[in-house]
Amino acid sequence: MAKKKLTKEVYLKWYEDMLFWRKFEDMTSALYIQQKIRGFLHLYNGQEALLAGALLAMEPGDKMITAYRNHVQPIGLGVDPRKIMAELMGKVTGTSRGKGGSMHMFSKEHHFYGGHGIVGGQIPLGAGLAFADKYEGRNNVTLTYMGDGAVRQGSLHETFNLAMLWNLPVVFVVENNGYAMGTSLKRTANHEEIWKLGLGYEMPCMPVDGMDPAKVYDAMHEAMERARSGGGPTFLEMRTYRYKGHSMSDAQHYRTKDEVAEFQKQDPILIARSVLESKKWAKESDFEEIDARVKALVQECVAFGENSPYPEAHELWQDIYVQENYPFIKE
Amino acid sequence: MRIIQYREAVAEAMSEEMRRDENVYLMGEEVAEYNGAYKASKGMLDEFGPKRVLDTPIAELGFAGIAVGSAMNGLRPIVEFMTWNFSLVAIDQIISNAAKMRQMSGGQFTIPIVFRGPTASAGQLGATHSQAFESWYANCPGLKVVVPSTPYDLKGLLKSAIRDDDPVLIMESEQMYGDKGEVPEEEYLIPIGVADIKRPGTDVTIVSFGKIIKVALAAAEQLAEEGISCEVIDLRTVRPIDYDTVIESVKKTNRLVCVEEAWPLGSISTEIAYMVQKRAFDYLDAPVRRLTTADTPAAYAPTLMEAFLPSVDQVKSVVREVAYQNA
Repeated sequence: MAKKKLTKEVYLKWYEDMLFWRKFEDMTSALYIQQKIRGFLHLYNGQEALLAGALLAMEPGDKMITAYRNHVQPIGLGVDPRKIMAELMGKVTGTSRGKGGSMHMFSKEHHFYGGHGIVGGQIPLGAGLAFADKYEGRNNVTLTYMGDGAVRQGSLHETFNLAMLWNLPVVFVVENNGYAMGTSLKRTANHEEIWKLGLGYEMPCMPVDGMDPAKVYDAMHEAMERARSGGGPTFLEMRTYRYKGHSMSDAQHYRTKDEVAEFQKQDPILIARSVLESKKWAKESDFEEIDARVKALVQECVAFGENSPYPEAHELWQDIYVQENYPFIKE
Repeated sequence: MRIIQYREAVAEAMSEEMRRDENVYLMGEEVAEYNGAYKASKGMLDEFGPKRVLDTPIAELGFAGIAVGSAMNGLRPIVEFMTWNFSLVAIDQIISNAAKMRQMSGGQFTIPIVFRGPTASAGQLGATHSQAFESWYANCPGLKVVVPSTPYDLKGLLKSAIRDDDPVLIMESEQMYGDKGEVPEEEYLIPIGVADIKRPGTDVTIVSFGKIIKVALAAAEQLAEEGISCEVIDLRTVRPIDYDTVIESVKKTNRLVCVEEAWPLGSISTEIAYMVQKRAFDYLDAPVRRLTTADTPAAYAPTLMEAFLPSVDQVKSVVREVAYQNA
């Protein structure tokens, strides 16, 4: 596929999408404090460029799978955000009928394969999605995301070897936000150049500025075209930063406010806005309109979630087996 | 009827289903060029080629996960573990992914996968190679666990497993691959979740499954000479369990002995005993008994292995006790 031009429309979409994801996550944070969202909650704030750049590079039928920081990816892929908010609130109108919660979003229709709660557990799954596409002769690519904490799992190394051995159409993307929960990268490995893990498998690999959607797009496009044309896997280390704690219960004693502020200067939404401004693609009133649309849609999501019912107790026994009337043991 | 080996029944079941459905494929260590560590996939690489019969590196976590991912995307993998003992390094993919995907996605993704291979002990292999995993995996909702003890049962159940849209685990035994039995030429399926009365009887019910049922059947044969008639039930599936067949038998014999190659705590025998006391309390004329392995790791020396496994003599002795024939 030819490389797309980064037009006014692309930047306007990036700006509005990323702003919506940010505001959506901010709202989930507020709802968590009100105890309307429970469990664990991991926010994407700061990492939006990784999704915006990837979406532009994806073609119909391409797939995405990630770990548990996963609320906004399905929205980017086309899932109704009201259903994501409902899932977060545990409502039956949610994407998994209230059974998955924050860490387990899925959309078969929009090729979003989760939403996985075990660190590194989704890495072989992503290669497996690509295995099936190759087996069936489909010209599609799977983006397999993971956090920087996942790269020290054996699942990554076994999968890298197999993906190269079988030349699978997959791009492995590590979202390196510097911290595996509260443990910085430098406290868990002898070097911090995660992308170099690809070298031992002779997998094309490189670091990418993950704060700029244009740079993310460039790297993604190149990697996905390599996979699509039979060139096999790529490993991209996207250098990014999360503004919020690992989850809502994180007091963030492991880093300084100055560090967070430093990264916020390179905010992906500000980058998109400054391009729109400098090229005179948008004026103040356009931004005000976008802000108003974003705010209204977030409110719609909240209202939809709040007005939806919880699943009834009998749902607990549904969606486990395809077999009808599976004889569950009851007492 | 023709007689074939258990390993031939495995290869026949897989090959027939691969001819029937292009989306079925086999992967595992040594399954292709070597024809299977126990020759249970003999000839399959020649027939189906390397796209559908894949040798893997020794990386159970990686290839089990790739198989589960491929099932999310429309394929129907058969994953062979050289032994279930090696499944422990892949258990996250079985328990957290294969068993949970349908439920966590609200029914959007199904995982039509078969994991198969030998379970439990196989001679003097020491502790790490002698573990039985039936009760471990049977504990987990989202899975089905099948333990066929004859070539006939294996073929019919494995074919059903491959066609099943849910994840199914098939547990075989290194010591059964050479077993011979009647297997018809014509196609048949055996439903998952249905027990089989391997030997009808009237005095004592023996519930067992897998390789160790041979010990129960040998004991029943010898006890018949003493005038004790045992009904031997082969559960065949340990998730779900066919409780009704067990309860009906106990209502007739009023006595139950479970024989299982597994550690005692949290075993399938324990579960059977619970359900029988609940549903047939008034029918019991003796305490429910179980014979399991010793509550220890298996050990290498022949004397220790003999002490570890349930024996024919132990089964006979316990059956006599519940029949009050101890004289």
